[in-house]
Amino acid sequence: MSALDSLYQQVILDHAKARHGDTVLADPDASHFERNPTCGDEITVSVRLEPGSDRIAAIGWQGDGCSISMASASVLTDMAVGRTVPELLELTEAFRVMMRSRGAGEPDEDVLEDLVAFHGVSKFVMRVKCGMLAWVAAEAAVREATA
Amino acid sequence: MTVLVPSQPLTESEVAAIKRDFPILQQEVDGQPLAYLDSGATAERPRQVLDAERRFLEQDNAAVHRGAHTLAGRSTDAYEDARATLAGFVGAASPAEVVWTANATDAINLVAYGIANASRGRGGAAAERFRIGPGDEVLVTEAEHHANLVPWQELAALTGATLRWVPVADDGTWTAEDATSLITDRTRVVAFAHVSNVTGMVAPVAEVVAAAHEHGALVVLDACQSAPHRALDVRQLGVDFAAFSGHKMLGPNGIGVLWGRSELLDALPPFRTGGSMITTVTMESSDFMPAPERFEAGTQPVSQAVALAEAVRYLQGIGMERVRAHEEHLAQRMLDGLAAVPGIRVVGPPAGVPRSGLVSFDVDGVHAHDVSQYLDAQGIAVRSGHHCAQPLHRRLGLVATSRASTYVYTTEEDVDRFLAAVGEVRGYFGAAS
Repeated sequence: MSALDSLYQQVILDHAKARHGDTVLADPDASHFERNPTCGDEITVSVRLEPGSDRIAAIGWQGDGCSISMASASVLTDMAVGRTVPELLELTEAFRVMMRSRGAGEPDEDVLEDLVAFHGVSKFVMRVKCGMLAWVAAEAAVREATA
Repeated sequence: MTVLVPSQPLTESEVAAIKRDFPILQQEVDGQPLAYLDSGATAERPRQVLDAERRFLEQDNAAVHRGAHTLAGRSTDAYEDARATLAGFVGAASPAEVVWTANATDAINLVAYGIANASRGRGGAAAERFRIGPGDEVLVTEAEHHANLVPWQELAALTGATLRWVPVADDGTWTAEDATSLITDRTRVVAFAHVSNVTGMVAPVAEVVAAAHEHGALVVLDACQSAPHRALDVRQLGVDFAAFSGHKMLGPNGIGVLWGRSELLDALPPFRTGGSMITTVTMESSDFMPAPERFEAGTQPVSQAVALAEAVRYLQGIGMERVRAHEEHLAQRMLDGLAAVPGIRVVGPPAGVPRSGLVSFDVDGVHAHDVSQYLDAQGIAVRSGHHCAQPLHRRLGLVATSRASTYVYTTEEDVDRFLAAVGEVRGYFGAAS
């Protein structure tokens, strides 16, 4: 596989087009805006929890950015819903470790599921922040929702 | 009577010879020859410039304007010779009109904070002409690089003056009429880019200068994208200050130039103070040197100045009119090629209107970073992002664009490879269907 194809895995290209969760979320418990000032990519991630619980009921986001950042937000939506806040934070940390790996090691597909497609991104230092943008916003939003 | 003959673009063999002077351009990226189309962000440096800096550091380096030893004398001479070279390059009345700065951003801040200091009473009676306050206006354009916008926002905030801006059209350009209609007796400073780093538009300098001076306003020209790429004559342009960076014109980082009329520079209060810029210092207060030294506090970037002068000589050896003709030819080739690619929106002046050798564009359905990444995989380096011009991109309705920019070493083959790759981008990202 070429370096370019390892960066743009089909999962990423598909999510960048399909964009799950790319909507305004009604009655969010918290929303958080993140911007990458060096490239201008931006996203607002909103989260709603199940009543009386720390389980995530819904995620909605609005953003503008490259295929990596948009696909990452789409995968976030698929993976976050149904998890508890501590579970999402744990997953975020696992994702962060992989994204900082510079392509080293084999990502754990049991834990990371579709996020393993972003392993190739970790080799492109300039694009790591694109991959993390939605997750950093979600991290702040769920912390605020449970604060 | 002088008959002006349009200068010819560089021939293929001339460009090939120039390119051989640039060691960094002789490499491959991902197994493909490097096509460096990001000179608008930073230019590469020829062997001659690298050698001049090394030779200076190996033979002459010392602190300038202090000390009496042999190397101090040689380095001071080299430093001041470099200033004279730059003065000649931009048509300054004297070398004293050339102030060394860290870069153009630094140069514009020097003017903005000098005016702010004058507005707080620093600089005495001589600086009164610079004082601004509530009711006064600073005029910029919506197309400015942040370096020629944020310092003026700060000046307005510090003094109570009002920041106004010339709005741009849907293609990101503005006209002389757009600007002059906003210049009134309240206008005290007009600041704009000679050549836009995003649209490549060449500003109608003469008309704006005429209107500004009629109303007693100072004109500050951001010459970052003009000084490296076309003949620049600051006195013929009639501006009051001009700023540009060394690293965009085959020279080093960490060196830039502020040119200013000597009577203005001698009156403008400094904003950086300390060693080397004073005449008499007591425990209570200090007197400052005239320009340019009054703005050059602290140890100076001497080897960078020497290398920048060598870069200027390199450019003069080619001839700035030929540099411009070469880049305009390449820009036209890019525009013609991009026009044939479906889904490409080029920003900037319409066909037939003069523009510099850079082209910014949006690819429908593909983000600029993905465009840039796709090109990089073929060894083609372009810039992607907002190019430090967020307000302009917001006005264009775009978060980011891709920009291909040319220079003396750019070949037609570089441009053709770029065009071929851009033609494939939408297919790769599934945006063509």
